Amino acid sequence: MQKITKNQLLDKAAELLDNGTVTAVLGWQKGEFDYDVTPALFENKEELFANFVWNDFCGANFSKYLIKHTRKVEGKILVFLKPCDTYSFNQLLTEHRFDREKVYAVGIPCEGMADIDKVKAIVGDGISSIDCGEKIKVTTIYADAAVEIDGKDVLEGRCESCKSKKHVAYDELLGEEGDVLDSNRFDEVARLEAMTPDERFAFWQNELSRCIRCNACRDVCPACTCEKCVFGNPKSGVENKSPANSFEEKMFHIIRAFHVAGRCTDCGECSRVCPQNIPLHLLNRKFIKDMNECYGEYQAGAEVGSRAPLVNYTTEDLEPGEVFDRRDTDA
Amino acid sequence: MQMNEHKPLIVAFCCNWCSYAGADLAGNNRLNYPAEVKIIRVPCSCRVNPMFILRAFQRGADGVIICGCHPGDCHYTSGNYYTRRRMAMLFSMLDYLGIEKERTRVEWVSAAEGAKFAATMNDFVATVTALGENKRLEDLRCKK
Amino acid sequence: MQRIGVFVCWCGSNIAGTVDVHAVAEALKLEPGVVFSTDYQYMCSQAGQNIIKEAIAEHKLTGIVVCSCSPRMHEATFRKTAAAAGLNPYMVEIANIREQCSWVHKDMPIGTEKAIILGKAAIAKVNLNAPLTPGESPVTKRALVIGGGIAGIQTALDIADAGFPVDIVEKKPTIGGKMAQLDKTFPTLDCAACILTPKMVDVAQHDKIRIFSYSEVTEVKGFVGNFDVKIKKHARYVKEDVCTGCGDCVSKCPMKKVPNEFNLGMDNRHAIYIPFAQAVPKVATIDPNACNMIKNGKCGLCAKVCTAGAIDYTQKDEFIEEKYGAIVVATGYNHISMDKFDEFAYNQSKDVITSLEFERLTNAAGPTAGKLLRPSDGVHPHTIVFVQCVGSRCDACAEKGKEYCSKICCMYTAKHAMLTRDKYPDTDVYVFYIDVRTPGKNFDEFYRRAVEEYGVHYIKGMVGKVVPEGNKLKVQASDLLSNKQLHIDADLVVLAAAIEPDKSARPLATMLTASMDTNDFFTEAHPKLRPVESPTAGVFLSGACQGPKDIPETVSQAGAAASKVIGLLAKDKLTGNPCIAHSDEMMCNGCSSCERVCPYGAITYVDKEFRMPDRTTAIRRVASVNPAVCQGCGACTVACPSGAMDLKGFATSQIIAEVDAICK
Repeated sequence: MQKITKNQLLDKAAELLDNGTVTAVLGWQKGEFDYDVTPALFENKEELFANFVWNDFCGANFSKYLIKHTRKVEGKILVFLKPCDTYSFNQLLTEHRFDREKVYAVGIPCEGMADIDKVKAIVGDGISSIDCGEKIKVTTIYADAAVEIDGKDVLEGRCESCKSKKHVAYDELLGEEGDVLDSNRFDEVARLEAMTPDERFAFWQNELSRCIRCNACRDVCPACTCEKCVFGNPKSGVENKSPANSFEEKMFHIIRAFHVAGRCTDCGECSRVCPQNIPLHLLNRKFIKDMNECYGEYQAGAEVGSRAPLVNYTTEDLEPGEVFDRRDTDA
Repeated sequence: MQMNEHKPLIVAFCCNWCSYAGADLAGNNRLNYPAEVKIIRVPCSCRVNPMFILRAFQRGADGVIICGCHPGDCHYTSGNYYTRRRMAMLFSMLDYLGIEKERTRVEWVSAAEGAKFAATMNDFVATVTALGENKRLEDLRCKK
Repeated sequence: MQRIGVFVCWCGSNIAGTVDVHAVAEALKLEPGVVFSTDYQYMCSQAGQNIIKEAIAEHKLTGIVVCSCSPRMHEATFRKTAAAAGLNPYMVEIANIREQCSWVHKDMPIGTEKAIILGKAAIAKVNLNAPLTPGESPVTKRALVIGGGIAGIQTALDIADAGFPVDIVEKKPTIGGKMAQLDKTFPTLDCAACILTPKMVDVAQHDKIRIFSYSEVTEVKGFVGNFDVKIKKHARYVKEDVCTGCGDCVSKCPMKKVPNEFNLGMDNRHAIYIPFAQAVPKVATIDPNACNMIKNGKCGLCAKVCTAGAIDYTQKDEFIEEKYGAIVVATGYNHISMDKFDEFAYNQSKDVITSLEFERLTNAAGPTAGKLLRPSDGVHPHTIVFVQCVGSRCDACAEKGKEYCSKICCMYTAKHAMLTRDKYPDTDVYVFYIDVRTPGKNFDEFYRRAVEEYGVHYIKGMVGKVVPEGNKLKVQASDLLSNKQLHIDADLVVLAAAIEPDKSARPLATMLTASMDTNDFFTEAHPKLRPVESPTAGVFLSGACQGPKDIPETVSQAGAAASKVIGLLAKDKLTGNPCIAHSDEMMCNGCSSCERVCPYGAITYVDKEFRMPDRTTAIRRVASVNPAVCQGCGACTVACPSGAMDLKGFATSQIIAEVDAICK
């Protein structure tokens, strides 16, 4: 389904390694299964050609990894960035989280990534191999013939409401530049807002009750790059590495959403990695939607150095009570 | 009915320069408000971290109110403008999660508004009392 | 573990009347860390303070909780008590059981229960208190005064007379400001020049004062006691230290048709000019936009006639960097533009003028040498209409004008009307007003003299329209008291235009991080108790930049600002508020969120090498708070996502401990 091919990416990486532009490549490699592709740093061509992967399951956003790797790698790192990743890339630059000079960013087009749960819903369990080409060919241990699936039918939720095919940062672009899309990403938030408080409560109770506090959402989040998370810090007063009571669960998710409000680029990684399939992005999108409506449109990471709504103000801002009124009168 | 009425626990964060002084003035003028209100002094309303509010709810508070200088009158020039944005967003989020929006409030009370302070607290306590105990935040995670 | 002493005050019956103080003291004895608890009639009294001091010594207390009146009342008292007994004063916390408990609750059991909870919260906080020491910073013993009008002049003189060096930065070629343009001053009618110019000379001759005229402040860094200021001295193409101010160059300059700003464009000056005879510094300035030599290299006459050799066509703007301990803003005011007030025909007729133009017309050094003549034809006007409140006291929703009262117009109009009638008794003078406001010493007497002795026609009502017709101005107005429409054929119409802060004030406020109101007047630290200080430490306000003022008020405020500056500069070191933000470098991400919300610019970033958990080292960007600049609001603590930023005295852990104590 992807327009750009693995060989194109490998050629580019090889070229940049050969001519000394970069000394390492941040890319994807196969995990335990074909569909759990994981990020990897390749420091030579042999490793790269042996293990590099590019397919419909390369959802991982590399921006956050640059913090760690730019501190260690001598020379520049080549990083492949999908359009949505470039927003996180810029946001991290806004926050001075890594040295731009140490990165060579190659923008790559993305046709949307596949959601393995949706694939499993079609083929059932026991997937033995996946081959991504025009179609996604899935073989299972239970069937002789491979099942062919159109990537468009199994798109990740975040890709269905993709906000942008435009790269907002790169040193070099492979393929064609896309546009910022007029996405429907706030529809689900609006649907929740239209519910009664009781319905909303029931919805979130059902979702959040599944949280096992594995911290995957935090660990993958390109906005959660704190040297030490407040929830893991005894001095913060709210430390709870694992929740002591049911309340701390929600506190974690509310505070996490608040901490990334205005910094969250809506990349959707939190929901992608959640093993319990909690739609965590709906918390972040709520903040984004509210901030857009109350303080003017703002897309974190659209440009480096922009000032997020929560570290800004005008003297004419809405009062907290009016924020509710605004919606009540709209409804 | 009156006998068993739930006595709510209200935490009020007051900025040192305006609202805390407003609360003092309410005292000077002997303007009564319910003892359920417990005030915590902060230098500025912008010192109030959402974590404090959630912590209060976690430990059993039924309502949390934040009082600061009127917009434009902040002792630190802009602190309450940040408070206004932060709390607007936080409260909207709590409402989104289905928590009663009446349990949280921001009110601007100047050092001269002792009467407003007392009236605000009376009203807030009445509102929160009517809602009853704050179960939702606690129950949010538990399965039905 | 702390060793905490609890002291419950009765405040006579103020607290003890509704709170069982003994029960409170007993209950708090059981709290963690408490080793001593007692109650006493008046804790703030000498005897009460002695109880505290003795307990500190006897029980080796490390922290104190006083359950008493508001901390706004006696926190300082009890901190001093603690300090006197050798305890760090910041180990004291107050539980407010009077204003916020005994005075607002009537029922003894309820009051007592709440007092115990408030006490517990204070104890929980003290358990986490740490001794704090205020930071110290040195003071540069030099002041900067921005603006050289009467406000700046008076402030500078007062500071310099106290022995501290002062620099005045004035954007015009001369100091003197608006007052230098005035003719006479109300209510005594002494001539403005006669009282101002001696002060200007004093400034020029004062060995502690430097004047940077034709200059602007372009950059301000630092903080109270330690400002670094960059001043741009515009090229005047004349060597200031060489020019004698003889004026030979001016009379020889062939470029004579430059509108004279000092006379508000009512006559012309030369391309090289001295604004007025008493200018300080009395040196010529070349207007680069008018001078042929500078524009296209043709002329050079002034250089030929200057025997002193002061002319320098190649002069460049010069930047001066200087350190100051205090900055006084005295940027003054201007009249608002009359462009939006078409109904008064200001832009259609030369004979509709503003009051300041009227001042110049009646000034002996003005364009008409003091004779009251119409600007259009030089004829003596026989009917003059003064219109009050043009652009003042406007509707909030109106698109033009200001909501506030400009304060000085009533009095100067009375002065203009009176002087006109005095000098030219054949003139009919009408004044249209909304209200006549004359609060001030001898002000109302002055106004009544204008009406009663000089026969000025005061009419309550507004002028609706002025229409130029032939050599007359048809004035349509209403007389609200007799409910009549009036039509007056006037020869001259004088508009009392509203005044507004100088346009340079807003960018200056940004540089100084000093706050302004919506009208661009500088905000004072407290409207009543700290009227000449800006909320930004080390920045002081003098004159009309803070709000409309007449001369006596300006001079007294200028003196007050000077005394505040002197008080600051007299100190060798400044002691700061120790309850300020600080960043834990191990947790800081260097993300800049805190810097963006800091109203004082107290936060900067440094790159530092850190040992990482995996034993490597990495250079990380971390925040650093300037303790002399931080005022301790705490905005940064919430903006910080990692929790690295905390506030001393109001630490996150302390507030959470209070929350926990209150919520059980």
